[in-house]
Amino acid sequence: MSQKPFVTGLRHGIPIGLGYLSVAFAFGIQSVQAGLSPLQALLISMTNVTSAGQLAGIELIAAGTALTEMALTQLTINLRYALMSISLSQKLDGSMGTLQRLIFAFCNTDEIFAVASAQPGMLCKQYCYGLMIVPWVGWSLGTVLGAAAGSLLPVFFRTALGIAIYGMFLAIILPPSRKSRAVRTVVLIAAALAIAFRYVPGLSQVPPGYAIICCAVAAACAGAALFPVEDKEEVDAP
Amino acid sequence: MSWSVYLPYLLVMALTTYLIRMLPLTIFRKPIKSRFFRSFLHYVPYAVLTAMTIPGVLYSTGYDGGDIRPLVCAAAGLLVAVGFAWRGKSLLTVAIAACLGVAAAQGLFLLI
Repeated sequence: MSQKPFVTGLRHGIPIGLGYLSVAFAFGIQSVQAGLSPLQALLISMTNVTSAGQLAGIELIAAGTALTEMALTQLTINLRYALMSISLSQKLDGSMGTLQRLIFAFCNTDEIFAVASAQPGMLCKQYCYGLMIVPWVGWSLGTVLGAAAGSLLPVFFRTALGIAIYGMFLAIILPPSRKSRAVRTVVLIAAALAIAFRYVPGLSQVPPGYAIICCAVAAACAGAALFPVEDKEEVDAP
Repeated sequence: MSWSVYLPYLLVMALTTYLIRMLPLTIFRKPIKSRFFRSFLHYVPYAVLTAMTIPGVLYSTGYDGGDIRPLVCAAAGLLVAVGFAWRGKSLLTVAIAACLGVAAAQGLFLLI
């Protein structure tokens, strides 16, 4: 690398941080609507750094759900990070000891993972630290701004911002759905189940956290059974 | 919200999320062998995000079963977001486009 790895990491984090700033602003507004104070919303963003898990989290807090349901919901929604962490662990060089891994794991989001994975070669600790700073600041700053100043916005704008986080989810889901029949099938199964859990009498009595768990586990299992992922190393081997 | 109610939630959320990210990165240093489990993990993000988006996105603008206008605005935002996301636009672009879709529908209702 021609630049210092820390500076390269910082630079790579800027577009992620800008995206987080706007989505976190909407999350801040939603947190206040769920009954949290701006400081409480900020602390969630500073310690969790995950959009989907936090959104489900504040909904469960507002509903006064049990802590076990909260833990299981976070486990399921954030299970994807386990896969990303396993994948990333193969890309870290010798400068990433246990302490450095403990720190970098904290900010392993979908977008940071995507950028880190796309880098050629192994990643050193300077690059990893640089990469996580701007997104973390953007996510925290956006949350506290949205929570504190969101109520100053006219209802017109606040209403429009409520959909921002779902726009981000769709931007993650749809491009792979377009390319891969397997992903498309998983997405359609999950959508059908989620609709059933919302509207079918009996099923709609299931608490929202468990409903997400059921939908996700069932759809991902169906995907794994119908379309097992190829193992490139096995395929390439003679 | 009172801090005595909030703090246990914060602790559970932060701890669960961190452990999921941290344990694999520090302990597992070999690839997973089970093909089914690897496939399952591969599909989990899409399944989770879909289950959170459908049908929740339709309620994101305040529709509560009464006045149908927020539902129409959310549907407009959803359509715009799907159009942009399908074309592979960035997270930021799709999020802003979705908001503009909702705003446009709200503007129309103001004119009617």
